[in-house]
Amino acid sequence: MALLQIAEPGQSPEPHQRKLAVGIDLGTTNSLVASVRSGEAATLPDEGGSHLLPSVVRYTDQGVVVGQAALAQAAVDPFNTIMSVKRLMGRGAVDLKGLQGEAVYRFADTAGGMPYLQTVAGDKSPVEISAEILKTLKARARASLEGELEGAVITVPAYFDDAQRQATKDAAQLAGIKVLRLLNEPTAAAVAYGLDQGAEGVIAVYDLGGGTFDVSVLRLNKGVFEVLSTGGDSALGGDDFDLALAQWFLQQLGGAEVIAGESRYLTEKARWTKERLTENETVVVDLDHAGQKVSLEVTRELFDGLVEPLVNKTVRACRRALRDAGVSTDEVLEVVMVGGSTRMPVIRTRVEQFFDRQPHIDIDPDRVVAVGAAIQADVLAGNKPDSEMLLLDVLPLSLGLETMGGLAEKVIHRNTSIPVARAQEFTTYQDGQTAMMVHVVQGERELVDDCRSLAQFVLRGIPPMAAGAAKIRVAFQVDADGLLSVAAKELSTGIESEIQVKPSYGLADNEIAEMLKASYNCAEDDMAARSLREQQVEADRLLHSLEQAISADGKQLLSEGELTHLQEQMVILLSLRNGTDSALIEQGVKVLAQVSDFFAARRMDLSIKNALKGHSIDEIEGDS
Amino acid sequence: MSADAAKALTFEFLSSLSAGCIMDITQNYFEFLALPVTYQLDLQSLSERSRELQKTLHPDRFAHLSDRERRLSVQYTAYLNEAVSTLKSPLTRAQYLLKMEGIDTFSETQVQLEPMFLMQQMELREGLESVREASDPDAELLALQATVDGEMKALRSQFDGFYQQSTPTSLDAAAVCVRKMQFIDKLGREIEALEDQLFDE
Repeated sequence: MALLQIAEPGQSPEPHQRKLAVGIDLGTTNSLVASVRSGEAATLPDEGGSHLLPSVVRYTDQGVVVGQAALAQAAVDPFNTIMSVKRLMGRGAVDLKGLQGEAVYRFADTAGGMPYLQTVAGDKSPVEISAEILKTLKARARASLEGELEGAVITVPAYFDDAQRQATKDAAQLAGIKVLRLLNEPTAAAVAYGLDQGAEGVIAVYDLGGGTFDVSVLRLNKGVFEVLSTGGDSALGGDDFDLALAQWFLQQLGGAEVIAGESRYLTEKARWTKERLTENETVVVDLDHAGQKVSLEVTRELFDGLVEPLVNKTVRACRRALRDAGVSTDEVLEVVMVGGSTRMPVIRTRVEQFFDRQPHIDIDPDRVVAVGAAIQADVLAGNKPDSEMLLLDVLPLSLGLETMGGLAEKVIHRNTSIPVARAQEFTTYQDGQTAMMVHVVQGERELVDDCRSLAQFVLRGIPPMAAGAAKIRVAFQVDADGLLSVAAKELSTGIESEIQVKPSYGLADNEIAEMLKASYNCAEDDMAARSLREQQVEADRLLHSLEQAISADGKQLLSEGELTHLQEQMVILLSLRNGTDSALIEQGVKVLAQVSDFFAARRMDLSIKNALKGHSIDEIEGDS
Repeated sequence: MSADAAKALTFEFLSSLSAGCIMDITQNYFEFLALPVTYQLDLQSLSERSRELQKTLHPDRFAHLSDRERRLSVQYTAYLNEAVSTLKSPLTRAQYLLKMEGIDTFSETQVQLEPMFLMQQMELREGLESVREASDPDAELLALQATVDGEMKALRSQFDGFYQQSTPTSLDAAAVCVRKMQFIDKLGREIEALEDQLFDE
């Protein structure tokens, strides 16, 4: 085992090691994994040479099958073969009633909350199913990169809410992948293009996938990609275009007598027709209906007319995104197309008309997101210390709280730059009240029922007082991944209230732990070994970063006594780390983190000063 | 509670975090960004400073380091984002400057506005309500938007005048300007909301 060296200040740190990091596009229809090798970002193929992994998971009594092999059995074994699981991520059982197509699955009875799908291998949550796809991609990356992964950047639609993002992160945890960042798909695409073309200015990304539509407006300036606004529809995608054509088929066939199972057949035929219309002006499609063969001729003009309402919806979202960003169409320098559905000529024409410039289609729209994610993963893993690249995101949907009368009050508005922190004050409405229910929602609508419920939690331990006397401050924090955390404090007494955050549609931490345990075939040793390894990695990380910090700024920021004390503590953790007690290591990490907090804070302040060097007070006074 | 009030609270909340020795920010937003304390802020400099600090503070810079460093950087970046968004908007920038002078306009205020202004507001609001029935709603909305933009511009320059005089009376007058800006700002947001509705139909 490699021992960690504690470098003396001034001594050169250990030689630079390249860390393996990948970008993963976890898509509705297909998923991909990409990585940067010898300076080039590219998607990784499986042994058969295919890059796209169909996002399909099949459960059998012999085990799990993922990808093409699972897809091939979808018609034969529909209940055990799960497709488009991304549409179920972070959704509640209630939401699924409205989803068409997915109704084919059997949902287990659960007490509301997260839906479980019944399979021969037992009830599976969407998080577990997605984890299978991620595991397959992880194995592919390990085989092709020949090494352990440091971590991954996983992409999500910009329009994903907190529950959907959290579900994605949980799936990664279950697959044993460290998430370096959840990155919005359009941002990833902009990275892939921006770095390629050396563009500077405003970029619009139009992303129409199988099940979601996103539009983002970004400003690229000296390596910093700043998302100005984002918008779209998490329930509008290529599938809806198929559906529009399938409905037309149905009309032509006489409408009323739909035979069971026919709608899926017609949707398949519609997709086939739509794809051919990309190259051809006219397509003839043969349909079997009620024992008869019917041939229908579909022109591109007819198709364009059928889908016009859908296209209009996307164009309106583009207009809104530009307005939210505070830029006009003529300020947009580049338009980037992402997602297989942007191959439709009607989309390309309308987008070109709206922005009045030709959209970029030169990177394969299926791969561009994974490529962008790989570029960022490489930077985040620490492989490019000199890189100027930085991706700044916004909150896609407003966060709010339920107030009297079932109204949602916004606390953080959509398109606010993240990370962000906001606080809100509450009071009690009854004498002697000691607990209070807080309901957090996400969305733009005024009624709580029209927004997504993220979490309900109870603040306990409020000291009994007269109604209105207690002051409870609830603080929201959204991190760079767009994930929310909540903290609360009773102000008059300073008591930190206990919070139980119960995710409405997510998994609780103990559920994830249970699943992780199950996935190790209940082998206790495996669990212990894994936990030890995890704590060692965390200890190494802390020791390593402290070492670097001391060698960089120790002389300037630490007194001799402080330095000695820190180094003593580091030695203690190092000896714990080389033992076998994971609980002790965990404790040691906490202690060292605490005693070095002041140093971390001093370093932050120093870097702020350095960043603003040259903008001295003289200059400020000169300005005013 | 209004969103503005929530913002003001955040300021205190973030300051209270610093009591835990994790984040030590005692500077105001202008100092933090090394910008001159003025209403006529150069937005170009604001975004440049913001970018420079983002490059140092953003959690992505700490992705390969320990949890503790990432948490710290989330707090600093949240403070930075709050500073930038407050100074960027002409309304919240005005409110923040007044707060530095000890006048709190983030919470609900009791400022009395003259009847003339309120009358005009009612007329504008009626205009907004009749847009739906207008023969050319787009043109009506554009006209309303232009009025709102013009009003806002006038109020901004009034505010700046009062603020620069910096006497107790003139600062009170500046607070009245802020109250008016809040009205106009709200109207602007309602115009946008109606625009969305009309487009969606």
